[in-house]
Amino acid sequence: MKSLLRYREIWLLAAIVALIVAVAFRRPSYASFGNLLDVFNNTSLLLILAMGQMVVILTRSIDLSMAANLALTGMIVAMINAAFPAFPVPLLMILAALIGLGLGAFNGLLVWKLNIPAIVVTLGTLTIYRGTTFLVSGGKWVNADQMSPDFIGLTRYLIVGQPLLSWLALVIIVVFVVLMTRTNIGRAFYAIGINPTAAVYAGIDVGRTKFIAFAISGAIAGLCGYLWVSRYVIASVEIANGYELNIIAACVIGGVSIAGGIGTVAGAALGALFLGVINSALPVINISPFWQMAISGAAIILAVIFNARSERKHGRIILKSQEVGHG
Amino acid sequence: MNEVRNVRHIPDRLDNPLRSAIFSWEALLIVVAVAIFLANSFASPYFLNAWSLSDLTFNFTEKALIALAMALLIISGEIDLSVAAIIALASTTMGLALQAGVDTPGLVAIGILTGLVCGAFNGFLVTALKLPSIVVTIGTMSLFRGISFIILGDQAFKGYPESFAFFGQGYVWWVVSFELVLFLVCAVIYYFLLHRTNFGRRVFAIGNNPVAAQFSGVRVARIKFVLFCLTGLMSGIASVLLTSRLGSTRPSIAQGWELEVITMVVLGGVNILGGSGSILGVVIAAFIMGLVTFGLGLLNVPGIVMSIFIGALLILVIALPIVYGMLRRSRA
Repeated sequence: MKSLLRYREIWLLAAIVALIVAVAFRRPSYASFGNLLDVFNNTSLLLILAMGQMVVILTRSIDLSMAANLALTGMIVAMINAAFPAFPVPLLMILAALIGLGLGAFNGLLVWKLNIPAIVVTLGTLTIYRGTTFLVSGGKWVNADQMSPDFIGLTRYLIVGQPLLSWLALVIIVVFVVLMTRTNIGRAFYAIGINPTAAVYAGIDVGRTKFIAFAISGAIAGLCGYLWVSRYVIASVEIANGYELNIIAACVIGGVSIAGGIGTVAGAALGALFLGVINSALPVINISPFWQMAISGAAIILAVIFNARSERKHGRIILKSQEVGHG
Repeated sequence: MNEVRNVRHIPDRLDNPLRSAIFSWEALLIVVAVAIFLANSFASPYFLNAWSLSDLTFNFTEKALIALAMALLIISGEIDLSVAAIIALASTTMGLALQAGVDTPGLVAIGILTGLVCGAFNGFLVTALKLPSIVVTIGTMSLFRGISFIILGDQAFKGYPESFAFFGQGYVWWVVSFELVLFLVCAVIYYFLLHRTNFGRRVFAIGNNPVAAQFSGVRVARIKFVLFCLTGLMSGIASVLLTSRLGSTRPSIAQGWELEVITMVVLGGVNILGGSGSILGVVIAAFIMGLVTFGLGLLNVPGIVMSIFIGALLILVIALPIVYGMLRRSRA
């Protein structure tokens, strides 16, 4: 039991449960199984996106272009669907992931081959992808009546009473658990995050590994492009505007260290769920949705303080050193 | 996000000063700026006109004011993503003060003070609690703008006094706006602060090697705290200008500006990993971004498409010297 408490995921899980219980005091129906499944379904997109971002952050990089990638890919598949309603939707979903993969690989190539810092690359491609969405669509929206019933219905298709979107999130979590803990590339992500120099000596190509991380986050963002458009039944230039920071927030709350090398799939998933529970709880306890942003901001700051306490390395301090840890 | 491969080589022979000035980043930026200026003049007959050129400066002066302080912060190895949110919060407190009957001087003071307090809060979290600035300021970004949303919801503050309008709309002389003059004065101050004072040397020292700086007796935490305060202060000033120019406050004010400010700084040649950069570069980059957005605006190119140019410019300007270096090395 005591060893369990050492894991930050347990604390985060406890915080989520405490939050649900607290809300249930005001409105018991909130804690019903059906409602909690709804909350999970509503958080699924953030959860899936957080998986992709986590991999990138583990390698000491950051992907600011995920939301823009999502918007561009979502717009492209929505327009394909509007033009060719007969095109099978599952294939469209795979196509979305592939387009996203391409956009992510472009980020990865710039980071790998030109060695430009990831934050600069994705800051640039964030505006490029978002702008391209406008060029592709001409600023027009793709509305519900232009989408085929299958296109809208796939994410809502019920399996054992739960929409496909939720199941997809679960499957992706499992895939990432296997990827991160049971494969060489998963170990490599951690290795270059913890100590890139040592990773090189261990035979890991740092640049190539980062490239793969960006390709993964791109594919995830592209897949979510379809899921988002299908879920909210609208494709426009503005969808998911600024959402890249929510995705990073989910990771940070989940204990993924921005300095790289530290973080788990369970943590990132719980971080996303934490934000999802807060967002869904506010209207239930009659707090204006305008509080949402400030609360998630405060949650991020508290999470960082909490994580920094447990990450701090215990060693001999010669001089009262300040900023020495990061650099 | 430090890089292992970011090794500095010591050259066998130092370039002479003239040669290094010609091949400097600033020179490259000036060439880009002149090229865009000429392209604009050919593309639109409305461009070469004193009033057009004056309007052009309104595009970037507010962001550029923040970029000056942000440059120092990034050189020291930190970053502040909350600057646009500080603008929103400072604008909101000014709106609240307006409702309470405060007049123009008081409004300005409150706006700037709010910025300073927000910056100090960021600085406290980063230096006293030793947290990574990129995450801290993602958090405070939501927090500051979130407070604006709590106070304003979907409402807006309007009815700022006429005397308040001067800061964002007034002209000092002929077509020279107050905003432009303020920016140029601040640019000179920041130039001296970074390139001509001990404080500036210490900022570079911290960015290059915080451990060595610490051991050399540089008060790393205190200087970083001051830099966060300066960035907050400049955001407060930018908030006064923007609120005065728009004449109203909404919680969504200046949305997304943090990324534009950082783009400006990086385009100006400041190393995002810290340790190098110049104020001159940032000032030229500010003009470049102003020229691009204004020139494309005259051609009726929508803002979102302009952002493609800015994004591509950011990557190209950084990639070109790297590709050039690769080609030269592969030939040697």
